Amino acid sequence: MSATQHLDAAFSAVADPTRRAILARLAQGEATVMELAKPFEMTQPAISQHLKVLEEAGLVVLRVDGARRPRRLAKAGIDAMDHWLAMLRKALEKNYNRLDEVLAAMEQPENQKKIKRGEKR
Amino acid sequence: MSKLTLKTEGNTHVLVTRRFAAPPEAVYRAHTDAKLIQQWLLGPEGWTMPVCINDARPGGKIRYEWTNGKGRGFHITGEYLELEPYVRIVHVERMHLPDPTPDNHVETRFDSDGTGTLMTMRMTLPDAQTRATMLASGMERGMEASYVRLEGMIEVAAEN
Repeated sequence: MSATQHLDAAFSAVADPTRRAILARLAQGEATVMELAKPFEMTQPAISQHLKVLEEAGLVVLRVDGARRPRRLAKAGIDAMDHWLAMLRKALEKNYNRLDEVLAAMEQPENQKKIKRGEKR
Repeated sequence: MSKLTLKTEGNTHVLVTRRFAAPPEAVYRAHTDAKLIQQWLLGPEGWTMPVCINDARPGGKIRYEWTNGKGRGFHITGEYLELEPYVRIVHVERMHLPDPTPDNHVETRFDSDGTGTLMTMRMTLPDAQTRATMLASGMERGMEASYVRLEGMIEVAAEN
């Protein structure tokens, strides 16, 4: 998968409210399928299906501990999403910073002309 | 000037807010006058908008074309649905990548905030999957869709 496909899978995975709740639960610490199934009042196969989607999206990993198979958050996957969103927020903020300048020029056309000609105010 | 906020709402909405020092009349004009739009709605450094068609009346067409000057570019098309001067704009838009993405329904409000303006933009996508795809891949092409943050989930998860 390319980086973009990874992100697409990750964002698709968190578009579901149950999967968001599972991630929020795992943010408190690792948990087994049985432990996850309890508060959600869902069957274990249903939870397993959601976990499979989250694992394929790189957001959750499985740990083998004897007979237990606890799941926990995959920090790299979460960080990649967070990083991506921060980048997008920055690009958007850049637009609006430019808009601030456009608005300032609309209010004070004389000053703006002087700035453009390189004169000191 | 307070920073931008962006967050998701429900499964299909994206909410953006931003404060501006200028009054609503000016911010509204900067969103509807093609010559002004071309000065700021540009996205990443180095991109320009050589084509800006913006017929700001109900039913009027929108077409913005961006280029990075090195052979890469994309465009959006859309239509205005409602315009309430200086207060509110409702329009739909879609990106062409080159296939059109599902329509994004956008309501933009400009409310007086002291001597300035509080802008609130509420986007509605047809479904959760479209919003996810817009977030992950559509935005790579530009900034049009760069309006989301999974507030809450990401913050909680990142603390771990």
